Amino acid sequence: MREFLDEIIRDRLGQDPASWALTQGVYLVAMMAAGIALTTFGALFAGLTSWWERRIAARMQSRVGPNRVGPQGILQFLADALKLLVKEDLISSASDRWLFRAAPYFVVAGFALTFVVLPFGYHLSATRMNVGLFYVLSVTALVVVGILISGWASNSKWALFGGIRAAAQVVSYEIPAGLVILVPVLMAGSLNLHDIIRAQGGWPWDWYLFQTPMGYAGFFILFVALLAEGNRTPFDLPEAESELVSGYNTEYSGMRFAYFFLTEFGNLWVMSAVMTTCFLGGWQVPGVSAENLARWEALHQVPGWFYLVSAAVFCAKTLLLANVVIWIRWTFPRVRVDQMMSLCWKYLVPAAMALVVLAAVTELMSFELFGEAARVQAPLFSLRGLIHFAFFAAGGLVPAVLFFRKTFRNISFVGDRVRPLSNW
Amino acid sequence: MALEQIVITRKFGPGAEEEMILNMGPQHPSTHGVINFIVHADGEVMKKAVPEVGYLHRSIEKIGELVTFSGFMPYTDRVDYVAAMFANEGYAVAVEKLLGVAPPARAQYLRAISCELNRIASHLVAVGTMAMDIGAVTPFPYALREREYVNDLIEALCGARLTYNYHRIGGVAFDLPPDWAPNCHRFLDHFDRILDEWDRLISLNEIFVRRLAGLAVIPGPMAIDYGLVGPNLRASGVDYDLRKVHPYGAYPDFEFKVPVGKGFAGKNRGGQVGDCYDRFYCRVLEMRESVSIVRQALHKIPEGEWMAKVPRKVKPPGGEAQSRVESARGEMAYYVVSDGGEKAARVRVRTGSFMAMGIIEDLSPGLMIADLVALIASLDVVAPEIDR
Repeated sequence: MREFLDEIIRDRLGQDPASWALTQGVYLVAMMAAGIALTTFGALFAGLTSWWERRIAARMQSRVGPNRVGPQGILQFLADALKLLVKEDLISSASDRWLFRAAPYFVVAGFALTFVVLPFGYHLSATRMNVGLFYVLSVTALVVVGILISGWASNSKWALFGGIRAAAQVVSYEIPAGLVILVPVLMAGSLNLHDIIRAQGGWPWDWYLFQTPMGYAGFFILFVALLAEGNRTPFDLPEAESELVSGYNTEYSGMRFAYFFLTEFGNLWVMSAVMTTCFLGGWQVPGVSAENLARWEALHQVPGWFYLVSAAVFCAKTLLLANVVIWIRWTFPRVRVDQMMSLCWKYLVPAAMALVVLAAVTELMSFELFGEAARVQAPLFSLRGLIHFAFFAAGGLVPAVLFFRKTFRNISFVGDRVRPLSNW
Repeated sequence: MALEQIVITRKFGPGAEEEMILNMGPQHPSTHGVINFIVHADGEVMKKAVPEVGYLHRSIEKIGELVTFSGFMPYTDRVDYVAAMFANEGYAVAVEKLLGVAPPARAQYLRAISCELNRIASHLVAVGTMAMDIGAVTPFPYALREREYVNDLIEALCGARLTYNYHRIGGVAFDLPPDWAPNCHRFLDHFDRILDEWDRLISLNEIFVRRLAGLAVIPGPMAIDYGLVGPNLRASGVDYDLRKVHPYGAYPDFEFKVPVGKGFAGKNRGGQVGDCYDRFYCRVLEMRESVSIVRQALHKIPEGEWMAKVPRKVKPPGGEAQSRVESARGEMAYYVVSDGGEKAARVRVRTGSFMAMGIIEDLSPGLMIADLVALIASLDVVAPEIDR
């Protein structure tokens, strides 16, 4: 945070913050403002996503969805939040009162703390922590503590089932997620989220997703593992509404329930942002090469538009991924507990392990062969660049084209909107 | 102490053999109505699940003794509100047998048309809720959307969308409205494509198939022993459909296949004859057959009366009669005893759901709680049909 503030004060305002009388005070105010802004962003994103997801779900299910409050129903989440705020905060008499009350705060803390390191654009993040990725994995583990507490403290068997399932699931899936995150870490040589992004390029073939087969496979393993960690379908076992009524939050009402709800939707951003950072090139703007950026930085002349454009690029990628997660949620059925476990331990963990070893060996070999040059992004019209482009075409373009062709075929077969037969 | 428990105690220490008793229902979202299951669970795995019925008991059989013969017809709707046509038809046929009246040919055809449409609607609810119980929410509104079209058709036919009271003693209440047949054809053509889409949407979904393949297998002899009927029985590989075995009404005139379970999930996914996926997919296939029956019926339907000459006051001579119809939930039987008065001396309804509930306790050991939900859904039980 301080570097960023210093950078703005030096480069934008042309002053030296060290010479100010109340530098620490300025820092304090700025940091508080940033904290409020970030938590507000998290809450707003979660609220808007809850509306957006319901609209998408409705569209997928030939329904209308919330469209009454505000234009297209966009203010529905405010109405919902208001309703939950004024609802009675019921605490069942048999529950463990203190744990029951504390559980939502663990969950929200685990969610909100990730914003300390999550990038939003070039240099746009609260801190550029050098163990950023490690930090994200650590604080998101707080969420499952809260879920487990809520399941236990509710003193309801359904909630207990949900809590235990969540614990088993999240703890299991943290292992492949943690392992496979090492692939971009090894490729970039850093745990810092910004460094990982800066090691990639703006064009899709410069992303880690299409750089090596390990990155390609790693992306999908991370995607599945983060789906499971975020309790999203097909891994929504902890709150499987058809089996466990509502899972760990069965006994919650009012604002405490809203916290769980907020975290679930907010986690969409967190998981998408982590995936964007690790594999999809983060905030890198196509056309702005690493040398370009380095030159601007050396001259202290990073243009203002670059901050905005990089933030827009990052948000666009993240929102796209979030939408994919939403589509998956409304497409797939739920797996069973044993299937969830065997998928993790039999397939994902060994695969992730193999990927890490392979990535390490490849990195070591390329370093031995090419030295530091292996870390620099190759331009498109070079051997390495063309190989990456071919991999991008085979692994990205072809599946995308096939996917869209299949989709349009299915739509043309039945019709996008089913012919209105009703009320003839 | 059983040997098994001693082994568990030695292995994991005292108290390890304890089980959790879980009260599933009657307000649980996926018990398909007010049914209660006492689940003895050891973690996620069940030791047994005991169904407890009776929450929706409304004394419909007793009401049959208190109201006149024709006055009981609206009550039959409530026996099975998801597929009310069959309950109507069963009672009508039984009283017709008592009276010695035969409904005219057109009425038979109208009964077949309305019943098969209702079978489609009922199976749509069955497969839709089953997909939802497995966790796929999207197929359910798809199914309900199509069911709305069926409801529109039936509403045009008889004025009601759920409790029809369409079949009457001696025939049916109304003839086909004008323009009804072309509209019905439009729906059927549309529905053919929807069934293909349904397969792509959920039936062939890998997660869905693997969830259900080899789950809660009911072998054919066991299904017969427990008195399972309808799609539940046929999914176990028993080719028994009342419309074929003892054809009634207009069914001898139609050509249709009887889908029988044959491990549709595939050997490589662990599919076996009589597993939950067979029960699901048999219903999907039956919808196709129903579509073909309705088409044939609309082509062949004869002109004429749709109501036999039945006295205003139905007063059958003393005696007893039994009728059987192939309902969406399997064979439904009515047994009506008349003592020569205006009211029946005894009405008895035999329904498929009640029989299906009996098998759950014996299938449940070793299943997971998520599997119990799938099992209940695959048996397609409807609470009022269990309790009446």
